[in-house]
Amino acid sequence: MSDTPPPIKQRPETAAASAPASGWAIELEQINKRFGAVQANKDIDLKVGRGTIHGIVGENGAGKSTLMSILYGFYTADSGTIRVNGTRQAITDSRHALALGIGMVHQHFMLVDNFSVLENVVLGAEDSGFIRTSLDRARSELDRLEREYELEVDPDALIEEISVGQQQRVEILKALYRGAEILILDEPTGVLTPKEADDLFRVLRTLREQGKTVIMITHKLREIMAITDAVSVMRQGEMVATLKTAETNAGEIAELMVGRHVLLDVSKGPATPGEKRLEVKDLVVKDDMGITRVKSISFSVRAGEIVGIAGVSGNGQSELLEAVTGMRDQHGGQVILNGQALSLKGDDGAARARMAGLAHVPEDRQRMGLVTDFSEWENAILGYSTRPEYGAGPILDIAAAKAKAAEQIERFDVRPADINLKTALFSGGNQQKIVLAREMDRDPEVLVVGQPTRGVDIGAIEFIHNQIIKMRDAGKAILLVSVELDEIRSLADRILVMFDGQIVGEADPATATEGQLGLMMAGVVEERSTT
Amino acid sequence: MDAAAIISILDATLRLSTPLLLACLAGLYSERAGVFDIGLEGKMLAAAFGAGAVAAVTGSAWLGLLAGIGVSVATALLQGAAAISLKGNQLIAGVAINMLAAGLCTFLGQQWFHQGGRTPALGPNGRFSTIDLPFAHELSGIPILGPIYAELISGHYILVYVAFIMVPVTAYVLYRTRFGLRLRAVGENPKAVDTAGISVNKLRYQAVIITGLLCGLAGAYFSIAQGSGFGNNMTAGKGFIALAALIFAKWKPLPAMFTCLLFGFLDAAQIRLQGARVFDIEVPVQAIQALPYVLTVVLLAGFIGKAVGPKAGGVPYTKER
Repeated sequence: MSDTPPPIKQRPETAAASAPASGWAIELEQINKRFGAVQANKDIDLKVGRGTIHGIVGENGAGKSTLMSILYGFYTADSGTIRVNGTRQAITDSRHALALGIGMVHQHFMLVDNFSVLENVVLGAEDSGFIRTSLDRARSELDRLEREYELEVDPDALIEEISVGQQQRVEILKALYRGAEILILDEPTGVLTPKEADDLFRVLRTLREQGKTVIMITHKLREIMAITDAVSVMRQGEMVATLKTAETNAGEIAELMVGRHVLLDVSKGPATPGEKRLEVKDLVVKDDMGITRVKSISFSVRAGEIVGIAGVSGNGQSELLEAVTGMRDQHGGQVILNGQALSLKGDDGAARARMAGLAHVPEDRQRMGLVTDFSEWENAILGYSTRPEYGAGPILDIAAAKAKAAEQIERFDVRPADINLKTALFSGGNQQKIVLAREMDRDPEVLVVGQPTRGVDIGAIEFIHNQIIKMRDAGKAILLVSVELDEIRSLADRILVMFDGQIVGEADPATATEGQLGLMMAGVVEERSTT
Repeated sequence: MDAAAIISILDATLRLSTPLLLACLAGLYSERAGVFDIGLEGKMLAAAFGAGAVAAVTGSAWLGLLAGIGVSVATALLQGAAAISLKGNQLIAGVAINMLAAGLCTFLGQQWFHQGGRTPALGPNGRFSTIDLPFAHELSGIPILGPIYAELISGHYILVYVAFIMVPVTAYVLYRTRFGLRLRAVGENPKAVDTAGISVNKLRYQAVIITGLLCGLAGAYFSIAQGSGFGNNMTAGKGFIALAALIFAKWKPLPAMFTCLLFGFLDAAQIRLQGARVFDIEVPVQAIQALPYVLTVVLLAGFIGKAVGPKAGGVPYTKER
């Protein structure tokens, strides 16, 4: 971490200062909600003008979804007041919220997959004990809503058969069918293609024209700037500011979200490569189906350098990673660590690679990096629990393990700093820090990192990048695999581009343009060159 | 085999399918709501005992039936409390019910009636008698259809007719009513039901109560219709076969009926086949009796294909993270 972050400027809550002509649709005051050790919402104030599109931004784990779940009655706040259209309400459950005209489109859709669109719309809003009449009424009502808001979707299609974008339309239709005047959307574009997102925005604008109020939770600043009238920024469970979108810019919002100036570029000095630490020779790897995914790859990583492997996802990078770290059997070739060939065959290949000084931050932290049901300290010793520092023989020295975990948490700024908390309850960025702390702490000679910042928020990305560079500067060899080209370009000292199981080219990040790399990633290359 | 023999086997098929069908439909309600029910056997057994005991004491089959239903619903609620409210493991809750029923019925039977766990044999009013449908006698002279109506359709216990009427009733409830829509939804995605403003647990309790009710009918059938009085372990694993039938039928009412008829037919054929000789060697009775069970395993393992149950089945619903 760099020195102390500069203080962020506190802006007066301009948008909140004056009520819009149409009045407030939602007023939240001093909302608090706690989940065990995590204070998800702390003294939240929020006002949303009727007939506006109001954005709520914040990093993962800032408490946006919790706040909206409280408004929707899915959770009950520990304290605080809620006013809907000026009247104080104690929203006890979702049914109550619906009756007040509040509808929610959840991030993970609340649809029954093997029901038709119509059945999903009717569920919970049936007219009588027999559903025939409800379905008929819903059919004509949907027809009207679809025309009014241009939300075409086949009412008889099964949910599992329609696209994600259409499923989202069903969720919106569900809310409108129940007479929602205030619509909450939780990360609505996360699962959409750009085209679908544009369609959604068109629908949201139509809704606003019809006088509906839309609250949109997102962490994508581009969307906030594109569509909202006002924006509220949350950080670590607190409401930091509410601004008029027209009077702010993406940079300011990003700063408010993270709590300090965001470094858009990673600053790092030139690499000073030493001797070869990791060598991969003619490596061949097959996947579970028996298809050859890595086709005789050779490269090396020297001490004090970061070698980045770029490529479109699915071109053999995952298999390469898994083979080098001993998680997957290799079908030819060698992995050489410090001049010695590693034997990675068998179930304990990964353990042997670790013993030899190769640490691994896997691509999918939740599936491969952590046991999410375990507490933080248990995860902090995964793969290292047999080391003598954690006790001799079969008995685990829990005190030592916990002390080590606490030290890592401190050094890697993991929040909340609670070694007994289940790792599932940490945000993505903090989960990644836990894995990183565990792997870097053993002072490995070689660090293999897959997708270090996938699903990680801006603040944590910066921290993680800095840690990786620090490792490099300490003379470690780092192999970085990422599908984020920007990440590769800003971190790597050398870029290898993978396409169809082969390395199709090498580039210098200082000189290579995005266009050149893009062509290589697409497999368009004049001559094949490998290291 | 002559026509009379065929009709006789089919007649036995109906009789033997009835408890399977009732238990299978019972399981359908519960499992469609997302509560796995391995305790069908225990609830049936408890109902059989309750019905047998009360019928023996009061001399009334109807009071016996009511008692059977009452015992079964109470047992179902106990199981429901463990599996729904207390969020216990549903399989273990079911196993516990089975063990509890097996032990308690014998124990109470011995304490109360001193006949080695059995309940006293019932008089004619203590058990249901068969019902002759209208004109059964008059129509029996008509070729083919006559005997089918008179011998096969007519002349069963009332519970047989109830069981088969429950098939279209269940299909209607499941697919045409608000309750059915919600029931199916809660077994697939309880969160969707919750966000729609409907109580997940309440729905699941309603389902479990219906399960208890139908298991009560099935249990009473053993002790006060088919048999006359409760005997130890008289359900003989039929609850598990019903569960297998439910899976084989992919949790759908009409296929459930056909599957139960198939299992009932195997049972009927088994009785018929006892004493049969293959290559002049008499097949041991035990081997023939085992046939329906063996076929259950074979069908489940080999022919069912991929049986995807209700997606949320087996998982207690927890709202807060």
